[in-house]
Amino acid sequence: MTSKTDDSVFAMVPDADGRFGAYGGKYVAETLMSALAELESVYRELSADSQFQRELDEDLAHYVGRPSPLYEARRWSDDIGGARIFLKREDLNHTGAHKVNNTVGQALLAKHMGKRRVIAETGAGQHGVATATIAARLGLECHVFMGEEDVRRQALNVYRMKLLGAEVIPVTSGSRTLKDAMNEAMRDWVTHVDDTFYIIGTVAGPHPYPLLVRDFQCVIGREARAQCLQQAGRLPDALVACVGGGSNAIGLFHPFLGDESVAMYGVEAGGHGIATAQHAAPLNAGTPGVLHGNRTYLMQDDNGQIMHTHSISAGLDYPGVGPEHAWLKDIGRVNYVVANDDEALAAFHTLTRVEGIMPALESSHALAYAARLAAQMTSEQFIVVNLSGRGDKDIHTVAEIDGISF
Amino acid sequence: MSQQGRKALLTYVVAGDPHPALTVPLLHELVASGADIIELGVPFSDPMSEGPVIQLGHERALAHDVSLTRVLEMVREFRRDDSDTPLLLMGYANPVEHMGHAAFADAASAAGVDALLTVDVPPEEVAGLNAELRRVGMDNIFLVAPTTPEQRIERIVAEASGFIYYVSLKGVTGAGHLDTQDVARHVGIIREHCTLPVAVGFGIKDADSARRVAAEADGVVVGSALVDAIVGAYGERGDGGAARHAAAELVGGIRRGIDQPAS
Repeated sequence: MTSKTDDSVFAMVPDADGRFGAYGGKYVAETLMSALAELESVYRELSADSQFQRELDEDLAHYVGRPSPLYEARRWSDDIGGARIFLKREDLNHTGAHKVNNTVGQALLAKHMGKRRVIAETGAGQHGVATATIAARLGLECHVFMGEEDVRRQALNVYRMKLLGAEVIPVTSGSRTLKDAMNEAMRDWVTHVDDTFYIIGTVAGPHPYPLLVRDFQCVIGREARAQCLQQAGRLPDALVACVGGGSNAIGLFHPFLGDESVAMYGVEAGGHGIATAQHAAPLNAGTPGVLHGNRTYLMQDDNGQIMHTHSISAGLDYPGVGPEHAWLKDIGRVNYVVANDDEALAAFHTLTRVEGIMPALESSHALAYAARLAAQMTSEQFIVVNLSGRGDKDIHTVAEIDGISF
Repeated sequence: MSQQGRKALLTYVVAGDPHPALTVPLLHELVASGADIIELGVPFSDPMSEGPVIQLGHERALAHDVSLTRVLEMVREFRRDDSDTPLLLMGYANPVEHMGHAAFADAASAAGVDALLTVDVPPEEVAGLNAELRRVGMDNIFLVAPTTPEQRIERIVAEASGFIYYVSLKGVTGAGHLDTQDVARHVGIIREHCTLPVAVGFGIKDADSARRVAAEADGVVVGSALVDAIVGAYGERGDGGAARHAAAELVGGIRRGIDQPAS
């Protein structure tokens, strides 16, 4: 039942050029090509270095607080009346989301490369906070680029980053959200390439970022796989995770890709609904193109201009998606579905009230779809949902919708 | 480029900025003022290598919905009165990808485009596009940067034609820390690896910086300073005549600067 094809195709991507089938690659200006080559070679060396791995494992255990629990949401499952639902509790990590798994790893790379300055882009602010946190701990100078619109939506996280000693730079170009923050981070990197490490927060960007961010996030799926075997005695029937850039999803999915019995669902932000064009669901409603260093599915208009996106959650408000997801969609291994703003909001309230766990609005998209899926399954089956972050940061957004101001 | 010792002047404007109706007259004005090669920016929603001045140029053009197709129409119109001045499109991968390599090559060459420079398509990613450009006889211009290792220059040269575009500094367009000695050293290294002419861009803003860089290269590119001068003169009133005049002044001054014998 748990057939694991060891030399499966999934272990063979990306190839040496950073391609996942037709996707990925290195679409950047020449100035950055040598920095990417250096990063790739350092990463290849350190990922095989037992001392580096030990350092990373210690940080994950004692600083991040791993392993994160796999929690069975019994009351919620009973209410839905279908499959059992387990939550992978990435919200319990230090800083409150899965993002820190990756920033700890990349900051260690920065340290080994002798870079004294780190930069990051952020949408919801979780990756920015996770970067500012590890920069504070390692004594690195930290600059976080954040769209002006997101600075407004995520004021709490902006202040957290400032408390941690980071400089938050509001980005006023374009749509003033995550994609524009990424443009500005790239511009900063090209200007300070000698002393700066760019800590990308998702499995997008030029090679080797989609590879190394995946590797750092795979701790989620490795733990979940072992916990399923231990707590449920078998592998799950389905995995569900939200997909913006797709780092929490790839982290959960990847260690299970060879397990043919495990179905996978990546949940994109449906915003006001796919039909309204007010969404952030490139895998469901986009077409392939090139943005931010890689070829992938994009939300673009008839002239190849990148479109403005909409999602209730800043962390999913991105017009592209990691190239590995684009490939997994095309080969049919993962199902990419959507949950709209209102469904995510309902799931936020439900989990808070029924389980006493307040999920991030990003993760609420995964929860909304999981509830739909579980209802169609039997009580003999079980689902693992990646609860990628906690919802404290979203309280203002939720309150605003409820007409409450503080 | 660089005929009879004369150094080439390349002028960059964003197609459709500040207004689509001004672009073709502006291009003729640039040529009349001493530009040897027209570099026409294709507006893109996410111009990652541009500094603030040219970013805003892209945004102004996109406010008028200037698509790649519209840019090619402008080139066709320019060609009615100027069939000689070399014209290259400079932009980002996605609009070209979206049109399709073959369709782009056919449409661009029919419109009278001589060359393409896509900032975010390095030699590693260019195979499909280059095959189509070669088919229609268009040049593909590549960047060499201060961070490009010497052994990598060979790889770039293998894909390049027309000329090599040396990026004079680590940074985005319009940055202000040009180091002429460093430029001279890098241009020297590039020349050891290829016979193509070398043009230098990024950070050249006036006659003096142009003259200093031209002494070391076959051509110089002026972009941000020109875009800034044009939009400044165009102003809130939308004065196209003033914009053309400002462009002519700046380009004329730079032309005289680079034609001066090096002191």
